[in-house]
Amino acid sequence: MQFHVGTNVLVALGGLYGILLIASVWVAILRWSEPEKDRTELIQRVSSWWVIVSVFTAAMLMSRNVSVGFFAFVSFLALKEYFSIIPTRRADRRVLFWAYLVIPVQYYWVAQAWYGMFIIFVPVYVFLLLPMRMVIIGETKEFLRAAGTLHWGIMTLVFGISHIAYLLVLPEDKNPAGGSAGLVLFLIFLTEFNDVSQYVWGKTLGRNKIIPKVSPNKTWEGFLGGVATTTVLSVLLSSWLTPMSYQVALMAGLLISTAGFIGDVTISALKRDIGLKDSGSMLPGHGGILDRIDSLTYTAPLFFHFIYYLYY
Amino acid sequence: MNSLLRFVFYGVFIRLVVLIVLGLNVRHRERLPKAGPAIIVANHNSHLDTMVLMSLFPLSLLPKLHPVAAMDYFLTSGFFSWFTVKVVGILPIKRTVSRGDDNPLAPCNQAIADGQLLIIFPEGSRGEPEQMQSLKGGIARLAESNPTVPVTPVFLHGLGKALPKGETVLVPFFCDVFVGEPLPWTGDRRSYMRQLDERMRQLAAEGNFPSWE
Repeated sequence: MQFHVGTNVLVALGGLYGILLIASVWVAILRWSEPEKDRTELIQRVSSWWVIVSVFTAAMLMSRNVSVGFFAFVSFLALKEYFSIIPTRRADRRVLFWAYLVIPVQYYWVAQAWYGMFIIFVPVYVFLLLPMRMVIIGETKEFLRAAGTLHWGIMTLVFGISHIAYLLVLPEDKNPAGGSAGLVLFLIFLTEFNDVSQYVWGKTLGRNKIIPKVSPNKTWEGFLGGVATTTVLSVLLSSWLTPMSYQVALMAGLLISTAGFIGDVTISALKRDIGLKDSGSMLPGHGGILDRIDSLTYTAPLFFHFIYYLYY
Repeated sequence: MNSLLRFVFYGVFIRLVVLIVLGLNVRHRERLPKAGPAIIVANHNSHLDTMVLMSLFPLSLLPKLHPVAAMDYFLTSGFFSWFTVKVVGILPIKRTVSRGDDNPLAPCNQAIADGQLLIIFPEGSRGEPEQMQSLKGGIARLAESNPTVPVTPVFLHGLGKALPKGETVLVPFFCDVFVGEPLPWTGDRRSYMRQLDERMRQLAAEGNFPSWE
């Protein structure tokens, strides 16, 4: 069977299932050694990971356009969740509809590999057009709040996430090791693994709170442990999946782990503002889709421009 | 033929719209009745309310599942009434009764006697989006005539945002569906309506809904 992704990516995807298998065995051992403890959330979290990784693998293996479509769908789910939890104005119903239309258009630029349009469409055209549409409706009460929240959501969840998809259409020959799918796998794996390792380091060693007003469970120990783990992994995986040298991979590791943390606490601040613990209930054990892609909203555009500037 | 159409309409089309375009957050799904006869009572903000409630049940119950709807609204033209009766599967009843008419709830009592599951919106109409109106008393009469049939209250939120009355463009939102415990017959209609109203308000209070003004 011939896939459009390279051997290295296939092996790395296999590695993901290896990690999931280890996680499932570890959970089974925990249940067996301490059967009285309630581990529902951990169990749900690991099974949701199986689903996420399987859907992701399928999307990555089918074709490039399917993969681009998959990230468009992730943007749609995330934007829908965002619009469902923030206060919106009745008058803006049609404006929200326009906001959803931004998704297919933005990902169309991606599929066409039209970089110039991809990079200015949301920050320039959508930014100017949506307030115009709101003015036509004419409701001025809370106008600034509505325009601001709308644009923040589109920037983070459509523009930001679409950077992952743009990695897929970068020229393959610049990255002989992993191809463009290698970059996507590298970015997503490190971002998500960074989340998990910050959590695990924090659980085992966490003492000093890092940002108690926003996220009381986050600690310096968790953050630094995550940064160290992710940076080591970045160096180890870089030659397998990316064109980066070891020195550059070290910087990429620091960038992804730090940006991932900031993305995580930024969405936490949003949820705290609204008064929610989870953004939704789509992914049992994780919460909503925003709870899962929070770190990616920061790592995706930052890693993209880092690698784009250096290698493309 | 019509039942096949109905199967495709609810089993494929409506499920795609409800689960992918909208997305549901269902709490206490296990409280829904698993067989007929049963009555499901919900607040009403949108035509989507019926579609969401219908999609909560397994397709095996579809032939027995019918939303009770106003005859004057849904049986106006030929094609429209064919569609609503045969495909959507409404049980039409009269909203206004004049002297000398039969009991307007007779078709409902008959359906319950036949073991069907009825979906009823006691607010009577969709009204202002995302605002609950006072409940009409027909549901208490129905419960009085069928005191052993479970009446399960369901609170819906977000569908009035997605497709309110008078709008044609569907705007996607995740919607909340909170299922309550079945309400047993209390012995008289007034206390029954008070309890039903109270139950709906308790369900609504389970949610933390963003403002929409």
